[in-house]
Amino acid sequence: MNDSPKSAILLSGLSKQFGKFAALRGVTAEFAASKFYCILGDNGAGKTTLLRTLAGLSSPTRGTVSLLSQKDARAASPRIGYMAHPSLLYDELSGMENLLYFACLYGIEDEARCSDAILEVGLDPALPRPVGQYSQGMRQRLSLARALLNRPEMLLLDEPFSNVDLSAAQAMVRLLCDLRDAGKTVVVTTHQAALLDGAADEFVWMEGGAIVNRTIDWKSGSGSASELI
Amino acid sequence: MTVDLVRVGRATLIKDLRLEWRSRDVINAMLFFALLVVVIFSFSFDPTAEESRHIAGGLIWVAFLFAAVVALNQTWARELRNDVLDAYRISPAPSNALFLAKAIGNFLFVSILELLMTPLFVVFYNLRVLGSASSLALLAALGTWALVVNGTFFAAISLRTRSREIMLPLLLFPISIPAIIAMVNGTTAILTGEDSARFWLVLLGTYDVVFTTGSMLLFETVLHAE
Repeated sequence: MNDSPKSAILLSGLSKQFGKFAALRGVTAEFAASKFYCILGDNGAGKTTLLRTLAGLSSPTRGTVSLLSQKDARAASPRIGYMAHPSLLYDELSGMENLLYFACLYGIEDEARCSDAILEVGLDPALPRPVGQYSQGMRQRLSLARALLNRPEMLLLDEPFSNVDLSAAQAMVRLLCDLRDAGKTVVVTTHQAALLDGAADEFVWMEGGAIVNRTIDWKSGSGSASELI
Repeated sequence: MTVDLVRVGRATLIKDLRLEWRSRDVINAMLFFALLVVVIFSFSFDPTAEESRHIAGGLIWVAFLFAAVVALNQTWARELRNDVLDAYRISPAPSNALFLAKAIGNFLFVSILELLMTPLFVVFYNLRVLGSASSLALLAALGTWALVVNGTFFAAISLRTRSREIMLPLLLFPISIPAIIAMVNGTTAILTGEDSARFWLVLLGTYDVVFTTGSMLLFETVLHAE
C-alpha cells in the first residue's frame, strides 16, 4: 500500500445549501492520496452532495475544495472517475457503444481501452444487448467501467455495490483495492460497510451534512449510521 | 489531454442518430403532429390555387414550428435519463461540440420532416412554385437552422425547470418572431413569384449568424448551471 502523505482532497468550511436545506454544513477535512476511503451515513447525511461537489457537478455555497492540487474542482474533473446513483449510460446503446462514446469525450482513440475496462469489471465487451436490458448489477459494473475509462487519479463512487450480488461486489472491492495499490485515491459511499472491512483505509462517518467521526475500523464507528448497517 | 471539437461533435451526432434510429421517438412524434396540422387546415378551408400560394407560407411554417418543438424537447430529455449529461459535464469535451451536434441533429430531423411533408402540402393545397425553387430550398435551410439553433439553446436552458415542455415554447416563440416573419414572407414571395425574397434571405442569414454565435458563446454557462 502506498503511504504517500500528499493530500488528494482538501475541504475547508464546505457548505452546500438547497434553498433552506443545508446538505453540507461547514465540512473541513483532508484526504490523503493513494488511500481508500469509505464514507458512511444515513440517507440525507450529505454523502452524495459531497461526492457531486468533489466531482465538480455542484458548486459549494460556501467554503473551498482543493482537489488533486487544483483549487477548482471542475478543472480537476477530467482526472476523476465518477460513478453516480444513476448509471450515466444510454439505455439504447450496448455496453461497448456506450464506452466508445465516452472514450471519445476524453480523447481516447484506442478501442482496446474500452474492451479492457469492460473485461476488468467482469462483463463481456461483445455483448450486443442494449444497456436498458441489463440487470441492475450489470449496469452498476458497466458504470464502474465507464468511470475507469480515463484512467483517473481519483475515483468517486456513489453506492457502487447497491443491487450487485455478493461475489460481484467482492470482485469490485478487489479491483478498487488494486487501484488504490496502484496509487489511485478511492472514495466510496455505501450502506454496505461490511464489504469494505479490511479493504478501506479509513471510514468517514457523516451525519446531518457534517463529518462526525473518522475511524480505521468500521465497527468502531458511532451514531445512527452504524445502527443502520 | 486535448479533445477535438469536431471529433466529439461527430461522435455525439452519430450517437444521437443511432439513438433515434433505435427509438424513433422524435421522427414519429413530429410526423404525426405535422400531418395532423396539414389535414386539419385542409378541412378548415378550401382555397383556390392562387389563394393557397398566399397563405401556404404561414401554414407550412406553423406546422414545422410546432412539430420542431416536439423534437427539441426530446433532444435533451435523452440526456436527462440516467443523468448521462453529468458524464459529459465532468469530461474534458468542449461544450460547443455537444451544442453543435444537437443543433445539427435537430436540423436533420426537421429537414427530414420537411422533405416528407412538402409533397403533402403541394397536394392538399394545390401548390405550384412560381418563383425560384433554389431560393425556396435556401430559405427552408436558413429558416430551419434559425428554428433549431435557438430551439436547441432554449431547450437546454429549460432543461432543469419543472415544466420544461411548456417553458420551451414560451422562450422560443417570442425570440423566433423575426425569423418566422422572414420565413413566412420569404416563402410567400417565392411561391407567388410577385416579390423578390432576397431581403428575407439576408435577414434570415444574419439572424442565423447572430444567434448561432450567441448560443455558442453562452452554452458552456448553460451546460454547467445547477
